[in-house]
Amino acid sequence: MLEFLKQPWPWYVGGALIGLTVPILLILGNKTFGISSSLRHLCAACLPAKIPYFMYDWKKEAWNLFFVAGVLGGAMLAANFLSDPNPLVVAESTKTYLAEKGITDTSALLPAEIFAWENVLSLRGFFFFVVGGFCVGFGTRYAGGCTSGHAIMGLSNLQWPSLIATMSFMVGGVVMTWFILPYLLTL
Amino acid sequence: MKDAKTPDPPVDPDFEQRSLDAVCVNESQLQHPWWHNLKYTAWGLMFGVVFVKTEIISWFRIQEMFRFESFHMYGVIGTAVLVGAMSVILIKRLKARTMHGETIVIHPKEFNKGQIYGGLIFGLGWAITGACPGPLFAQMGAGFGAISITFLFAVVGTWVYGLIRERLPH
Repeated sequence: MLEFLKQPWPWYVGGALIGLTVPILLILGNKTFGISSSLRHLCAACLPAKIPYFMYDWKKEAWNLFFVAGVLGGAMLAANFLSDPNPLVVAESTKTYLAEKGITDTSALLPAEIFAWENVLSLRGFFFFVVGGFCVGFGTRYAGGCTSGHAIMGLSNLQWPSLIATMSFMVGGVVMTWFILPYLLTL
Repeated sequence: MKDAKTPDPPVDPDFEQRSLDAVCVNESQLQHPWWHNLKYTAWGLMFGVVFVKTEIISWFRIQEMFRFESFHMYGVIGTAVLVGAMSVILIKRLKARTMHGETIVIHPKEFNKGQIYGGLIFGLGWAITGACPGPLFAQMGAGFGAISITFLFAVVGTWVYGLIRERLPH
């Protein structure tokens, strides 16, 4: 059983469990699924700085912080007790392209050539950690949701603004991947 | 002509502020002790395991997705939307209630230009970091300590958005 669970899980198992989060949060307490709001609640809790956007009673949204704490803990459990010893299977064409750019280490979920502590202070690190992280936090709040709030919760409820948001996520991602990342990866 | 029979509902400034650009705006009238929130942590644990085991938190999977070279992420998101949508239909049909007996409400989303501009900015970041906000938590949990820097700047990005929100087109 444990050996079975240690293999990578197929997309339909992951997709179904993620989709079930929508009704489960609704039934547990009328909560609509969304993760990026947790970043805002952290701002409101830690450094509201009299900015009106952060001046609200974040404790009323504490459930969101409890949820993401679980996500962190669950990932920790999976990495320690259910990890797959085999290297990641990456699509051949992606692998060839990345190898041309010097990214060859597929032993972990993230490439060690980029996401390591020693890169944090380099120019490469500036883009992959600082600029990337900033865009994720700024963009999701500006869009009013992320993949969970718009692509999954919003589309599940057939909301067309969420479809527009999801398409914008995809356009931004494609532009970065095809036109900007090729340069960033050579830094 | 003003209809005298429908007075304006009382405005709660805290709620007004909190529901800006938010996904979840439901407000329970029930008061629970704090540990009731642990039920969300329990499902969050499940969620974190799924994120790691389905390799959604992998930078490589996001690269494959944006390069259109693997079906995996499309399968995950597609299945999630399908299951989510069927659940929402069922909940509406059955007029399902929460485990505490409250009526389940799902608020419609209103369009604003932020969904395009913000969406594009998030897309750029998603492709660089290989992570949306959820996976950032999971990557840290899975032992990628340096991602705490990415996370820190995601919080900074959210904070700066709050700072300049009034000056941005919406």
